[in-house]
Amino acid sequence: MIPAQFDYVKPSSVDEAIQALQEAGDDAKIIAGGQSLLPVLRLRLAAPTLLVDLGGIAELRGIRDEGDRVAIGAMTSYYDIIRDESVQQHVALLGQATETVADNQVRHRGTLGGSLAHADPAGDLGAVALALDAELVIAGPSGRRTVPASEFFVDYFTTALGEGDVLTEIRFPKYTGWGSHYEKFNRTAQAWSMVAIAAAVRVEGGTIAEARVGLTNMGSTPIRATGVEQALVGQPATADAVRAAADRVTEGTAAPSDADAAADYREHLAKVLTGRAVLAAAG
Amino acid sequence: MTTTAEPTTPGEIGRARVRKEDARLITGRTRYTDSITPAGTLHIAVVRSTFAHARINAIDTAPAKSAPGVVGVYTAADLGVESVGLPNAWPITPDQKTPQRPLLASSAVHFAGEGVAVVVARSAAAAKDAAELVDVDYEPLDPVLDMEAALADGATLVHPDLGTNESATWVFDSGEAGSGGNVADAISAAEADPDSVVVRRRFIQQRLIPAFMEPRSVVVDPTGEQITFYSSTQVPHILRTMTSVTLGVPESKLRVIAPDVGGGFGGKIGVLPEEMLCVALAQKLGRPVKWTETRSESLLTAHHGRDQIQDITITAKMDGTVTGLDVKLLADMGAYLGLVGGGVPILGAFMFNAIYKIPAYKFTCTNVFTTKTLTDAYRGAGRPEATFAIERIMDELAVELGRDPMELRQQNWIKHEEFPFTTVCGLTYDSGNYEQATRQAMELFDYAGLRREQEERRRSGDPVQLGIGISTFTEMCGLAPSRVLGSLSYGAGGWEAASIRMLATGKVEVITGASAHGQGHETAFSQIVADQLGVPFEDVEILHGDTQISPKGLDTYGSRSLAVGGIAIVDAAQKVIAKARRLAAHMLEADEKDLEFANGTFTVRGTDKGKAIQEIAFAAFMAHDLPEGMEPSLDADAVYDPENFSFPHGTHLAAIEVDTETGRVDVRKYVCVDDVGTVINPLIVEGQVHGGLAQGIAQALFEEANYDEQGTLVNATFVDYTLPSSADLPSFDTHVVSTPATSNPLGVKGVGEAGTIASTPAIVNGVIDAIRHLGVSDVEMPCTSQRVWRAIQDARGRSTQETPVDTHSPGAGLGSIDPNNPQGEVQ
Repeated sequence: MIPAQFDYVKPSSVDEAIQALQEAGDDAKIIAGGQSLLPVLRLRLAAPTLLVDLGGIAELRGIRDEGDRVAIGAMTSYYDIIRDESVQQHVALLGQATETVADNQVRHRGTLGGSLAHADPAGDLGAVALALDAELVIAGPSGRRTVPASEFFVDYFTTALGEGDVLTEIRFPKYTGWGSHYEKFNRTAQAWSMVAIAAAVRVEGGTIAEARVGLTNMGSTPIRATGVEQALVGQPATADAVRAAADRVTEGTAAPSDADAAADYREHLAKVLTGRAVLAAAG
Repeated sequence: MTTTAEPTTPGEIGRARVRKEDARLITGRTRYTDSITPAGTLHIAVVRSTFAHARINAIDTAPAKSAPGVVGVYTAADLGVESVGLPNAWPITPDQKTPQRPLLASSAVHFAGEGVAVVVARSAAAAKDAAELVDVDYEPLDPVLDMEAALADGATLVHPDLGTNESATWVFDSGEAGSGGNVADAISAAEADPDSVVVRRRFIQQRLIPAFMEPRSVVVDPTGEQITFYSSTQVPHILRTMTSVTLGVPESKLRVIAPDVGGGFGGKIGVLPEEMLCVALAQKLGRPVKWTETRSESLLTAHHGRDQIQDITITAKMDGTVTGLDVKLLADMGAYLGLVGGGVPILGAFMFNAIYKIPAYKFTCTNVFTTKTLTDAYRGAGRPEATFAIERIMDELAVELGRDPMELRQQNWIKHEEFPFTTVCGLTYDSGNYEQATRQAMELFDYAGLRREQEERRRSGDPVQLGIGISTFTEMCGLAPSRVLGSLSYGAGGWEAASIRMLATGKVEVITGASAHGQGHETAFSQIVADQLGVPFEDVEILHGDTQISPKGLDTYGSRSLAVGGIAIVDAAQKVIAKARRLAAHMLEADEKDLEFANGTFTVRGTDKGKAIQEIAFAAFMAHDLPEGMEPSLDADAVYDPENFSFPHGTHLAAIEVDTETGRVDVRKYVCVDDVGTVINPLIVEGQVHGGLAQGIAQALFEEANYDEQGTLVNATFVDYTLPSSADLPSFDTHVVSTPATSNPLGVKGVGEAGTIASTPAIVNGVIDAIRHLGVSDVEMPCTSQRVWRAIQDARGRSTQETPVDTHSPGAGLGSIDPNNPQGEVQ
């Protein structure tokens, strides 16, 4: 498992990183933990000539409570996210989904920004960012901009990040008091999601007042199940009502078929798991 | 919770000692083959076929030769090894078709991953870089992937010169052998008899990958008088002999060392093309040469296991008495025959009748070539396949007869008082107590209570249904009596060698030919010797795995180390004691007949005069005063050839929950009671059972080597080849009872494969039992959630239209990235 030869730089600021990326052009790749990238390099499925390691940029690490939102540095590890109190209190769904990622070793090394920028639709955190209307802060050669999650994911492994861009921060609105649940279905405990459902609901007096549902691995990007969300609002948080709403989960999806699950099975799973996720979220 | 049999003798045997080898293994202090790099070592990388089947028109090595750090790039012709073939040591029939497996393919490739050229460079990275520059012009041919299609007229031939894809057909017929009746007669009689049933089933043994933890690695250093040959192998002795046979290097010029080896499970019993290439290159270049495979190389090219189609017919009277068993197998050999690959299904021939009294039996196995990776031994080797088939069909027969599956087994099994029992295959089971193991297992499991819960869940239509899976297995291990191997045309004996050296200071060195690769031999053998010689456990050192230290042996596989290698050690110890007795008598001025030996001391009966074995060893070393004609040594060698196999058995019970909405299978509870004879070290036994269960359950639920229609292995990473971890398995409830074997002085039977053999059918029987009332009678392994869900849908008449599977579809992790077109996927 020997990667092809590459150069390696570890800048200490975002500006330095952008400059390194710009100079190398197409052949540069950011490493932001390496939990996805290193296997790809070692299998020689990719052969960038330069790796720009964001691990030396202190400002990209950490979680801040900013009043109406929680801002998470792109290089914050899964482990730190799971343990963070403001995440637990205001963005519980993110912590729940992050806890299901791979194993403890990976959760110590892998980062939220790395996962989102890699944009594998089987990754768990894209659906969460999408469902919770996260904003992604991108620094690039022409300055900083903020992109909503709904515009960030473009296709398989493709995002709104352009050449020389660095994802610096992910901002989540607060969902204080909401119920949430990440329902993951996989072959083995440490495997990627075959299908997973990220659900958050606000229940008022037994009725679902607001709902957010994101889907993992049901298309070429994370998908927001807006049909289910609409169908849930105003419904009682009962099994029958939730399951009926969950039937709309396949709207707008394009489930992949692979050796673990053909598309029809994924669609079936998505319905069953959406019902379970929403009911668990509603408590 | 785990309980173990109480030790029957005081002392070391039966003590739950922590393994003495673990400190160096788990702290990383030991050195595996890849940690060994003699000065001046060159590294090789093998250029491998990306096609399953293709003609090679040309190989252009020029660009690779000029790459940085490259010492040479060679095809088979460049090395002059075109006529060298890797050995097959088990021709199962006189007319077996045995295609020559080359070190590197020259004119055609026969499976994806087969080597076509080798790069030698100053570093492993340079070799790997240059290997990508070797340009092979392939002309693709049709792959041969399906065994039945491969045997049909007009099929594409893997090896056209053989004229067929059939390697051999091996038959055992109890009618012809005189060990039982004629099964064709039994079937026609049952068909004609309204008071009999005939049950026919087809079971599929999917292809598995042994997936040992340490990838294979080879270092060959030609700079000494002997060629020093390190390999991560289970079989250093066999490797030495086979290297001589294959390359013509005199055996006396080869020193083979298997350092600590990180697992094998049968996957490291082969003789590898890479091993022979390293020897050939080291000789050619006069420098040490190293090869260490990558994980994907290992999954792709190290031999696979299982892969059988099993057509089973069982006949029985309506009262439950089994009257006949017919077994027809197709076994996928892959592209060539491995060292013992053709014989693996034949090892199963004697185990389909299992613990049952079956009056008529016939076994027919056809070995088939395909353009896939070779198959060969994998933990259990032939016996898991047999056990699966018989235990599955006993459940099917029980359903057919409306009987409780355990009760039906009890009716047909060999009763405790019937041992020794000669089976329909002609094997004599020396000992066993199926009643005892089963009774204990059913109590611990709460069989009756779980049956009640199952009824309740069925009645209430619970979305999570409960099934109970049974496996009452036996196996033959302790490979093997040499005369039996001879009758099966196996190319070696089955003995094992041991030596004991009594050092001047009273410490003991024990040399064994059974070299461990993770089993704990050093601890268990030390316990045996400590007991035999009456010396402290700490004073015993076990030496193995280096032909310069341990020149004689037949290595480790087939649960043979204790039942064969352990007995050789006992025999050597007895010889040491006999020599020591003579010297002791001389020192004590007593008659040998008046000496007693206990706890390491010879005493003159009726007196307090005695000599410790350490004192006697010192006297032998000094040799100042020895009995007339005695050589100054207590050392002894022994070679033990077993008189019979040993037959561990056990009852395994699994409570399986199936989520009928998603198809997910959960193993809720697993209880097993194994009878492995005398237990030397209960901790090691427990470890072996746990690992075995995990591997057997993995076959039932998780693992399968998948090939696409081009013949490419699509799950050659651990992302896609789904090995379970502890998080996917329940806490096992393992127990041991002990009916000592009567065929060896320790009463031991072997435990290395028991868990693997027993657990697979227990799990699958449990899955089916959970959903049989919904109309499901089979689910192919591995019983993935998707397969279980589809089986339920089909049974409910909602046939699901499976959308075509794109095995290279992105979006499901690493393995989803098409290795033939990687660039597009990762941006």
